[in-house]
Amino acid sequence: MSDFSLTILFASVLATAAPLIIAALGETITEKVGVINLSLDGSMLLAAMVGFMVSYESGSLVLGFGAAALVGAVIAIVVGLFGIYLGLLQVAVGFALTLMCKDLAYFLGNPYSRLQGPQMLSIKIPVLSDIPFLGPVLFQQPLIVYVALILIGAIWWYLFQTERGLELRAVGENPEAAYTRGIDPRRKQLLYTAIGGALIGLAGAAYSLGIKPGWGRPQGIEGLGWIALAIVIFGGWHPIKVALGAFLFAFLQVIGITLQGIWPSVPAQVFQVAPFPLMIFALVMVNLLQREGVQGWVKAHPMLQRFIKQLQGVPPRALGKSYHPD
Amino acid sequence: MRGVKQHVTEIALILGMVTLFTALVLSLVGASPLDAFGHLIKGSLGSWSKFSRVLNVWIPLTLCSVGLLYAFRTGLWNIGVEGQVVIGAIGATAILRFGMEGGGQMHVWMALLLAMLFGVLWALFAGSLKVKAGVHEIFAGLGLNFVAMGLVLWVIFGPWKRPGIASMSGTQPFPRELWFPTLEGWRVSPFALGLALLVIVISAWLLYRSRVGLNLDAVGKNPRAVRLFGLSPSRYMLIAIMVSGALAGLAGGLQVSGVYHRLIPAISSGYGYLGLLVVMLANFRLAPVPFIALFFAALNVGSIQLPMMMQLDSSLAGVIQGACVLSALLVFGLRGLKKRRQSNE
Repeated sequence: MSDFSLTILFASVLATAAPLIIAALGETITEKVGVINLSLDGSMLLAAMVGFMVSYESGSLVLGFGAAALVGAVIAIVVGLFGIYLGLLQVAVGFALTLMCKDLAYFLGNPYSRLQGPQMLSIKIPVLSDIPFLGPVLFQQPLIVYVALILIGAIWWYLFQTERGLELRAVGENPEAAYTRGIDPRRKQLLYTAIGGALIGLAGAAYSLGIKPGWGRPQGIEGLGWIALAIVIFGGWHPIKVALGAFLFAFLQVIGITLQGIWPSVPAQVFQVAPFPLMIFALVMVNLLQREGVQGWVKAHPMLQRFIKQLQGVPPRALGKSYHPD
Repeated sequence: MRGVKQHVTEIALILGMVTLFTALVLSLVGASPLDAFGHLIKGSLGSWSKFSRVLNVWIPLTLCSVGLLYAFRTGLWNIGVEGQVVIGAIGATAILRFGMEGGGQMHVWMALLLAMLFGVLWALFAGSLKVKAGVHEIFAGLGLNFVAMGLVLWVIFGPWKRPGIASMSGTQPFPRELWFPTLEGWRVSPFALGLALLVIVISAWLLYRSRVGLNLDAVGKNPRAVRLFGLSPSRYMLIAIMVSGALAGLAGGLQVSGVYHRLIPAISSGYGYLGLLVVMLANFRLAPVPFIALFFAALNVGSIQLPMMMQLDSSLAGVIQGACVLSALLVFGLRGLKKRRQSNE
């Protein structure tokens, strides 16, 4: 690739990462309140299809995004009702939903395959987009990229700087204690699971209406829901680190496309799947850092210690466990 | 008697919900539910040749599902079963390629053995990531599924490509001598059917009547107490996931040597993921597995008719299968809720 440019590289990393950031942040809220919504891979696909269908029929992108968010929220509420109120295994419900929503998306979306529909265009922010390098990277993107970037800060602020965020985290850590303080843990869990699901739905539509416009089989976003789930763990359930994880994965994807041009002898398929195992490898490294032997070695190197501390995350203590008031 | 009556009511309830939901989905796309159900039944049970195709799906699906039961016993979600099928198929193809010139039955059985070994190693990989590095088996398994998918595409388009053209249609087909044995006029190999039945019988004994099964169960239910008896939970988890991998690998080997007679990119046909649904619908018990697998296999084969006859996508099968599992979970959940209420009173 002779026309390789850093500007294009960073701009496409940012755009590729945006839907992933939104989905992973939605899952972060969900898991912070103690619920695992494993349906991401299917619900993003179904939301992508519904989002495309609605905006194709209505000609309105806003309606498309709204419908997609609604789909994500409804699926999340099913996970919530089954898991929180019926006490079923959240992982089982989520997995069944993943597979079913994927097939439902392809079944219902069949008539909308390969149609030219409305899509988000890049918005040039005046003045700012004229800054050399930073301008084209940061200020010439589709609206959804700005939304993703704002969400990172907004969710961090909500979780860690507000009273309600504190309550949310309290439910995820210790629902019994939250209950004695007058909070209804199950209602909070259902509420935030639904909000998280709405974000996951938005992420799906961000693909079909912007980043990978259109609908077809295969849609090309299969597997990304699972990656979003892995990124939440990688980011230690912290919104900012989760976003960094999404950037890392997007970077691997974009660099894969670039490398493909440099080494045409290596089959393209290798570059397409490579980011997935690399992400899992990153998870292994993060987990290994928590081992005692490694911890001892780290203590002897104070410079490293500060860096490695940043990489560690602890899951919410009540994650995946259903709370039963007695 | 009350137990039987409750079971029948529950099954009727589940089927009722699934039928309603499917009818709703079908009317959303303006299709007649009755026509669609008719095509599903005719397409799977309408003739002996169609039913043979159902059995050809039933064999790998049952093998995967039974294998998953071992892993679930110890509390493990072996979601990597999909990749283990693919890796098994690659292993089998490797041996069969050696026998392309003048090979015979010896190669076929060797191929199945290597398929199982590959499946075991792939599963051991996911299991070790869980036990040694603390990576949740769902993510370890999924990561390995992606790697397996990449590998199968790479061998088909790279080293094992057909002379002349490399394409999604797969590797060079194997000569008849390298096919898994079958009988004249049978579209499904009775020997493969026998193999699957044998696996069910052995598993019934191993899981419910043997000491190993008891220990696996104990590991899943209470890993801390198990340590007091001198058993190592992680060792039993690894054993369970390896059995799971062996059966998935066998399924992959049979797909190559008995069904497609070559390696294709979609060699696993998603039977690994579908097996997880079968086991969930069976409420993690062995007895219902063969019957549910037969029902799901019939849906898969029957739905092939839908694109031709009604211009519908064949993914309707997956919608029905998913709806079955979700309805069953709902019924199980309500039953549990009722029980908890009663014990509280």
